[in-house]
Amino acid sequence: MMKEGFLEVPEPEEPIPDLSLSSSQGILQWISSVDHKQLGIMYLWLSVLFLVIGGIEILLVRLQLAAPNNHFIAPEMYNQLFTMHGTTMIFFVLTPAIFGFATYLLPLMIGANDLAFPRLNAFSLWATFFGGGLLYFSFIAGGAPDAGWFNYAPLNQYNYSSSLGIDYYCSGLLFAGIGTVTASVNFIVTILKYRVSSMSLKQMPLFVWMILINSFLVLAAFPSLNAALIMLLLDRQLHAHFFSATSGGSAILWQHLFWLFGHPEVYILILPIFGIFSEVFPVYSRKPIFGYAFVIGSGIAIALLAFGVWVHHMFATGLGNTVNSFFAASSLLIGVPTGVKIFNWLATMHGGAVRFRVSMLFAIAFLVEFTIGGLSGVSFAVVPIDWQLTDTYYVVAHLHYVFIGGSLFGLFSGLFYWFPKMSGRMLDERLSRWFFWLMVVGFNLTFLVQHALGAMGMPRRVYTYPDLPGWGILNLISTIGGFLMAVSVALLIYILVKAIRSGEKASSDPWDANTLEWMTSSPPALQNFDRVVPVKSTRPYRDYKRPDDADWNRPNKYGNIDGK
Amino acid sequence: MGNKLMMKLVVGTEAMFFVSLIMAFVYFSFGPGFKAQLLQHLDTKTTGIFTALLLSSSFTYWRAESNYEQGRMGRLKLWLILTLALGIVFLFGQGSEYLKLLNAHVSISSSSFGTSFFTLTGFHGLHVFAGLVIIGIITCLTFLGDYDQGQSSIIQTIGIYWHFVDIVWAVVFLIVYVAPYFV
Ligand code: HEM
Ligand SMILES: [Cu+2]
Repeated sequence: MMKEGFLEVPEPEEPIPDLSLSSSQGILQWISSVDHKQLGIMYLWLSVLFLVIGGIEILLVRLQLAAPNNHFIAPEMYNQLFTMHGTTMIFFVLTPAIFGFATYLLPLMIGANDLAFPRLNAFSLWATFFGGGLLYFSFIAGGAPDAGWFNYAPLNQYNYSSSLGIDYYCSGLLFAGIGTVTASVNFIVTILKYRVSSMSLKQMPLFVWMILINSFLVLAAFPSLNAALIMLLLDRQLHAHFFSATSGGSAILWQHLFWLFGHPEVYILILPIFGIFSEVFPVYSRKPIFGYAFVIGSGIAIALLAFGVWVHHMFATGLGNTVNSFFAASSLLIGVPTGVKIFNWLATMHGGAVRFRVSMLFAIAFLVEFTIGGLSGVSFAVVPIDWQLTDTYYVVAHLHYVFIGGSLFGLFSGLFYWFPKMSGRMLDERLSRWFFWLMVVGFNLTFLVQHALGAMGMPRRVYTYPDLPGWGILNLISTIGGFLMAVSVALLIYILVKAIRSGEKASSDPWDANTLEWMTSSPPALQNFDRVVPVKSTRPYRDYKRPDDADWNRPNKYGNIDGK
Repeated sequence: MGNKLMMKLVVGTEAMFFVSLIMAFVYFSFGPGFKAQLLQHLDTKTTGIFTALLLSSSFTYWRAESNYEQGRMGRLKLWLILTLALGIVFLFGQGSEYLKLLNAHVSISSSSFGTSFFTLTGFHGLHVFAGLVIIGIITCLTFLGDYDQGQSSIIQTIGIYWHFVDIVWAVVFLIVYVAPYFV
């Protein structure tokens, strides 16, 4: 097998377990593992587990809201459920899923055998895991947090929420946050120091690029959340005065610290997704990505701008017109690099031989849904519109179009793309299409109507509402849509388990892809590579498969898209 | 490979953490009564002396680093021990300052001055403490002969952290102890 010019990667070859979580040495092998593939898989299962939990929570909420003047669950429980739903989805579904993909794929994509610090990698996973455990322990400890996922002061103060829930919120998110930060450090060092020797920065897969940018974003954003959580813990446990306005503290300070983290956080949850799409679109369109350098550049621009817009979450707090105008303008700016990316992907599809596999379907659906979410986002940046619509269901609609239509659809797209690599099995295509359509229809049914509800003035986070014209029926539609999504997630889990048990065997390169991870067996051996092709363009594996048509042979055919 | 880069990144993210704590301190310092309490309770001269000691521990550590690079193990041990001593004295100084404040009934729960002062300086102290533990460990390992080969990057990696802790204190000292006399 040894070929001229291959770079050798020494180490023994042993099989590692695939997605099935069973292995020759049982559970112990998983708990003690420091292998990036096993840790990546555990991140992904963790995220599936919390997706189910967070989903059940919000189904209960939607049942309560299905009809006006309803009394299905108690108001206190209602507050806990929507708070836990938001917190879970952001910190324990989207974040671990993204970090799972990154942990699994980074070394494979850059021709390395593992992350730079394997034991730190295990620490990051378990810190996230215990963070989630702590957060949920609050249910047993006398009550879950109930002040919303952004936990505003003074609601987060002891005299408004005297159960231990918010203390568990603080400590759980601190744990998870430390895990996120350490994982990001690990990614940066791996990308900068452990690439296969011939791969330059300008030849890295775009997913790797987005993770690199994203990791810096994490390092800059998470500390202000951690500081805010610690201050709040001090307030609640040692009677400090950070956030209580009655004794010298400031409730607005919480909002500043929280959104200084929180706005970048929403980009932390979307930049890696942009990376996933930048892998998926070219492969299923059989074309190189359009404007490789622009995808990177706009990614960096988004990361930088992300720190200049946090106040658009605080327009209604009365900071004054000068402050508001400044942050309105910067918020509008962020639409520009995002738009650049959308056009990159559209242009990649244009004129390509597009293959509509489920992964590509999610990518196309994303283009539609994310554009809707982006437009409603831009409308918030206009201060008077924000004053009208903030804290209504219009915000709920907006954020779900970007979180679900954006982040979650991207994760699904990535899942359907890389599943054969991770498991060695193909997914049932017919059932997967069912899943796709159920999800898309359910999602739009749930959230499209919420734009209208918000415009009609329905506030978010209310336990129940009066029987005003239209409210009942729109809420009922939303609830039905929510249940459709639940059915689709159940179907997804069935499809995954079925494929792992008895799916058709996958080859090492089922999609005729371009990047290094498709060179190894499916699933990869413990040692990722025994050889890596020399990297001379952004599509090294394709170069290897078609030496006559290799990118580096004709640098001008696609302009300088491959950065050479 | 990559240890030093990792430490630089860690230090970068820690810096952001301190920026948040400092922001909170500055934010509160404009509140009524804050400055009066600060001027009444803080002793800039004494703390200035301990500050000088902490900053000179950056110098001693730097000496340790360069002696290590030149393979002079004896001097390495000496400078490490000096660094430890200076760090311990600084923490002792901070402890006695805390004791004084607590006796004067200034605590984390007494007022927004107490809250932000103890949080900011406390977290810095915690970082000094962690640094001392780590330097203590590598000092022991030096005596056990672990670095005799002269190829480990650990001394420099820890150095990045220790210098960072000192720089943070320089900033904190300026903002908490010195600036109130000028604004
Ligand atoms: C074109 C880009 C975007 C703009 C201009 C924008 C603007 C805004 C504004 C002004 C708000 C405040 C609404 C309010 O509470 O009054 C908001 C809320 C929110 N946005 Fe965006 N957004 C954009 C993209 C995104 C993306 C990509 C995400 C996540 C992936 C996101 C997630 C959120 C979330 C979670 C909230 C809700 C905050 C809350 O709970 O009130 N946004 N957005
Ligand atoms: Cu924002």
